[in-house]
Amino acid sequence: MLSRVADAIYWLNRYVERAENVARFVDVNLNLLLDTPVGTAQQWEPLIVTTGDREEFLERYGEATAENVLHFLTFDRKSSNSILSSVKSARENARSVREIISSEVWEQANSFYLMMEEAAKDEANLDLYSFYPQVKLASHLFSGVMHATMSHSEGWHFGRMGRLLERADKTARILDVKYYILLPSVDYVGSPLDDLLWISLLKSASAYEMYRKSAKRITPSGITNFLLFNRDFPRSIQYCLLGAEDSLHQISGTPLGKWRLNSERTLGRLRASLEYSTLEDIMAEGLHEYLDGFQANLNEVDFCIYKDFVALPLETIA
Amino acid sequence: MTEPNDCPNATQKPREQHQLSVLAMLFSKQEPSALSLNHYDPGDFFDELFLAKGQPRPEATLLVELINSLPPDNFARRQQLAQNTLFKLGITFNVYSEDSNSEHIFPFDLVPRVVASGEWQRLEKGLKQRIEALNCFIHDIYNEQNILKDKVIPREVVESAPGFLPQCMGLHPPKAVWSHITGTDLVRDREGTWYVLEDNLRCPSGVSYVIENRRVMKSSFPKLFQTLDIEPVDDYASQLLETLLHLAPDAIASPCVVLLSPGIYNSAYFEHSFLAQQMGIDLVEGRDLVVADGYLQMRTTQGLRQVDVIYRRIDDEFLDPDVFKAESLLGVQGLMEVYREGKVAIANAPGTGVADDKMVYAYVPEMIRYYLDEEQIIPNVPTYFCQDEQQQAHVLANLDSLVVKATNACGGYGMLVGPHATEQERADFAERIKADPRGHIAQPTLSLSRVPTLIDDEFCGCHVDLRPFILYGKEIYVNPGGLTRVALRKGSLVVNSSQGGGSKDTWVIKPKAKSQVAFPQEVS
Repeated sequence: MLSRVADAIYWLNRYVERAENVARFVDVNLNLLLDTPVGTAQQWEPLIVTTGDREEFLERYGEATAENVLHFLTFDRKSSNSILSSVKSARENARSVREIISSEVWEQANSFYLMMEEAAKDEANLDLYSFYPQVKLASHLFSGVMHATMSHSEGWHFGRMGRLLERADKTARILDVKYYILLPSVDYVGSPLDDLLWISLLKSASAYEMYRKSAKRITPSGITNFLLFNRDFPRSIQYCLLGAEDSLHQISGTPLGKWRLNSERTLGRLRASLEYSTLEDIMAEGLHEYLDGFQANLNEVDFCIYKDFVALPLETIA
Repeated sequence: MTEPNDCPNATQKPREQHQLSVLAMLFSKQEPSALSLNHYDPGDFFDELFLAKGQPRPEATLLVELINSLPPDNFARRQQLAQNTLFKLGITFNVYSEDSNSEHIFPFDLVPRVVASGEWQRLEKGLKQRIEALNCFIHDIYNEQNILKDKVIPREVVESAPGFLPQCMGLHPPKAVWSHITGTDLVRDREGTWYVLEDNLRCPSGVSYVIENRRVMKSSFPKLFQTLDIEPVDDYASQLLETLLHLAPDAIASPCVVLLSPGIYNSAYFEHSFLAQQMGIDLVEGRDLVVADGYLQMRTTQGLRQVDVIYRRIDDEFLDPDVFKAESLLGVQGLMEVYREGKVAIANAPGTGVADDKMVYAYVPEMIRYYLDEEQIIPNVPTYFCQDEQQQAHVLANLDSLVVKATNACGGYGMLVGPHATEQERADFAERIKADPRGHIAQPTLSLSRVPTLIDDEFCGCHVDLRPFILYGKEIYVNPGGLTRVALRKGSLVVNSSQGGGSKDTWVIKPKAKSQVAFPQEVS
């Protein structure tokens, strides 16, 4: 498979996943506001901290009002992480490989983009409570269509790897930001609002129902444990790493448990270090510190994948 | 020639007035009037569907009946549906720019153009004849140059053509074929006579619309396809793949064929990716390719892989910065060297542009006589050379009745349609001609044939041309029909997609309807 094509399918999936995650944060926050007592300060700033855009946002918008944040995260064409920009990039990537992906995958990426452009035209009158679920659904449709209509060969594995790495990164960010914000609010501990806030964290990762089934009671450590280590829940970090590693080895042909390429080594090490850690180890190090390091390692994996499959031959062109 | 504005219904209504009339219709509870071809007047033009008002051509009778029988608004609705389908499928073209908002669908009109199969057989023969002669010519020009030595074509006409590439002298493309893919533009005049307007031997585009338009037509009017015997067009991709595979060195068991595209910002990108997908070959950009170990290779996730055949959709001068434009980033450094050594095949071969020149065009009848010893089956449009002093004087004196074209341009750019131009435009063009006589030719303004076309809820006669696609592999293959382009601006004669044109499906239609074909008698 052409290196450029592999790269495009990888990013196509990362961008769709990114758009979905942003929609999920926003949606949860909107719903949370409906339940918080009147007079409680609206919490919009954590959202842009989660997407990692705080500095850019403050520089261009100043205040983190609901309107500003919603526009910035959803339709801002200048922000590369807005839903519209992500979907647009996804669609550009899809367009550059539409002869490789199935027609259905292309059509879904294209309709997703057309839906965003349509919504952007009438931003003021947008029904927020139905719009963000639509974005999530469009992303689910995309990955479902890709799963069901494309051969599960090299290109598909690049796509799956992109999606899972993006998701691992976003789950880590949600956990980091929410935990950081929620934990100090000792005033609320044990109050109904406290529960609501923790539930909102789970919902940001679409994890609430599945968490209830596996752990029942809402506790900070239970939630952290679930989002980090659960091997069955498709948005937990452990699950994402296992899946990404599987795809990477399917692509390279190296047996699992061995490594030949740097990407295999870095991803394998990251997966194993999580797998052989306990929640106590991580809390002793500090969750924030751990997640910070995790994100840096994930960036290294991404860079190694690029060097192993895409960039190496391209460097000779300059 | 003046074009009367003979379609009063096509005048644009102000928006409010239109809305008012819709309201009036609602309140008066009148049925909206059915779209019908009964009132369609072909006027003083050759019409592809009608002999005269109310009198459809035999091959179009069933089609006209069906359209007339549709419930009110049904046709317009189907038309809208078809456009939406095309947009949703992303069958779009870009107007040159990096702004993705400038993506458009190539407007599609649901009334097809029909060509009777007898007529088509003659055209097919004429096209094959022409392609064969043009290939002989290109091969000759870059090798022995016999046609120049025998003074059939003046040497300076060929050597002054911008499409003539001295870098290609002495090339021997595989199987001696240069133009593997050709899209010849045909037109019909007021009498219905067919002419060849242009030979597009470089990177002709449009065939993807032929195939996709047909797909949309079949879903819009399945009944017609059940009844009428319409030649299918889907075969094109297989034929193209065969043509390309035929170019690979015989020793290679499973050759690697790729389509070289300038990338997603190119106006024809949809077509590139469509054809690559239909043939199951890789679509590559220049940056995916590299010359290594004397071969052309592409960069894959598993390392370099040898490429044997390139179907290139970039122009000659961008192919190889070592040989042509040094600043080109679209091509591959060292490609021409590999090509010259016969280690990779390129379709179309570099240098075919010499036969695309509008002055060289005028000599095609001589080429056919010279190489094939035959007379031209489809005539050329008479052409005046601005280079010739006498002819230039004639052109300058008759600018208001002629079409002037730049000899090396395509896509409707650099063109003056005399009867439709302003005084100022004609004066500007006169200056251009005097400044660059070799760069311009002139032809009489043909009154192009027309086909009924839906404009503002009314059928209007719109001018059309036809671009059939011809493949030259083991044999010469002509895809039945071709792309019918239609000028959607009132009275306009320019049908190019970059100039506000649209397209129609083209039906090569056998005289007998399928249902009327008698089944063979059972023999007991």
